[in-house]
Amino acid sequence: MSAATRAEVCAVAVADAFRGDGEILASSFGTVPAIGARLAKLTFAPDLLMTDGIATLLANVPPVSGDAGGEAVAEGWLPFRSVFDLVWSGRRHVVMVASQLDRFGNHNFACIGPHAKPRAQLLGMRGAPGNTVNHPTSYWVPSHSRKVFVQAVDVVSGVGFDRARALGRGGRFHEIRRVVSNLGVFDFATPDRRMRLASVHPGVRVDDVVRETGFELALSGEVPETRTPTPEELRLVRERIDPERLRDREVPG
Amino acid sequence: MDKRTTAAEVVAELRDGMTLGIGGWGSRRKPMALVREILRSPLRDLTIVSYGGPDVGLLCAAGKLSKLVYGFVSLDSIPLEPHFRAAREAGRIEAVELDEGMLQWGLYAAACRLPFLPTRAGLGSDVMAINPWLRSVRSPYEDGEELVAMPALELDAALVHMNRADARGNAQYLGPDLYFDDLFCMAAKRRFVSCEKIVPTEDFPKGGSLHTLRIHRSMVDGVIETPGGAHFTECPPDYPRDEGFQREYAAAAKDPESWAAFQLRYLSGDESDYQRAVRERRPAAGGRG
Repeated sequence: MSAATRAEVCAVAVADAFRGDGEILASSFGTVPAIGARLAKLTFAPDLLMTDGIATLLANVPPVSGDAGGEAVAEGWLPFRSVFDLVWSGRRHVVMVASQLDRFGNHNFACIGPHAKPRAQLLGMRGAPGNTVNHPTSYWVPSHSRKVFVQAVDVVSGVGFDRARALGRGGRFHEIRRVVSNLGVFDFATPDRRMRLASVHPGVRVDDVVRETGFELALSGEVPETRTPTPEELRLVRERIDPERLRDREVPG
Repeated sequence: MDKRTTAAEVVAELRDGMTLGIGGWGSRRKPMALVREILRSPLRDLTIVSYGGPDVGLLCAAGKLSKLVYGFVSLDSIPLEPHFRAAREAGRIEAVELDEGMLQWGLYAAACRLPFLPTRAGLGSDVMAINPWLRSVRSPYEDGEELVAMPALELDAALVHMNRADARGNAQYLGPDLYFDDLFCMAAKRRFVSCEKIVPTEDFPKGGSLHTLRIHRSMVDGVIETPGGAHFTECPPDYPRDEGFQREYAAAAKDPESWAAFQLRYLSGDESDYQRAVRERRPAAGGRG
């Protein structure tokens, strides 16, 4: 089997974010996160719950492409109201796409520019404010740049560690598990919960990441390489989860 | 009581400056025939509360909407609603942007006749900064936790679209999700349900189980039969989203000339003219519908 592509390394890095999560709802946005969540469920996190993106909890793991209708095995009903209930109960881990992130993990996908009259209206707040103070959140950035990793986000949709700390008791369920970009993996395992470069993907140098990041990343010692997929993980991604290679469109080889 | 009425009669009840709640979610089971009737009316200066889709986009494009209470506005298969986007980027509408769960809580508070409901959603985010009128509340119990006091979202009228209804205002959804349509009805002074088909009450079990009868007649003031009334949003199992039409709608936002042509073709007549224009629409080359 040929060596892992960058997209495949990213998918495994997302999958690892769900390690140890147990029987909770894994929600993912974007192709690579959808692959990562499925991969986790098929390997080391079999208890994860997942939906078809509409209102059905699926017992099985259909591929990310195409209409899964024919092969879906329903194990439950999860309309939006029940999703909100799960958010507030904390039994969920979401991977959201970030348009902007700052050093404490404050997140924006609502709009670019001032909120009263934005230069670009994006998704809006959606569920990010509630998600981030209720259950674990991870972020996916398919194209790492200083436009995404910024000194200050234009609008805070997802709450970062500095703001969560300021909430006191209200922030006790806040956790940003990790950030995965096409260049590396980032966590907040620092004394003041600043973003740290946890690993660089194979073929990426630390300097590349620093140059493409608009704030000072915490670096602790020698930065390791992101782990590469096992042969079994590669087989699952290539043959079962994403046979149509949608991942290559999100992260070109 | 026979609550059957028409879209025109419903819209004649509405007034400038009213707060309207619109059911559905994104580009899913939206009461589009009622929205189109608003477009034909002289109504203006509306406040809309919605899990937004093309209902919001059309009202923005027509200049009917001055204030929007929302968590997102999306066409689902097209993530960003272009007409809403244009209105926001021009600064033409007042944007009360909330976490989508806060929206549910506001409707539920209104439904329960409570001034507010506490929630953790919104804390720490800029929802609080961009809506400086939002207040927090401290738990009166030992924990003393500070929470957002999401105020009731009281509606002058609610508009929702269901698959089936009877003449008395009982209504049935047959798709996978009710969304928050029951809460929209319960939060409103006047409640209007459009539907694909009005059926005899005893026919409800032919469509679906007892669990699909979530909107009953004490929650409804008027029932309007509008076949295709959710078009071009999806209304399963009656019909899927008309993706080709939605693409045409979204593309028409790119300049005033395209939008004028779209309006002339689809929105210049009554609902039967609209439905005829949709039927006569030639499928885009290479695309489905």
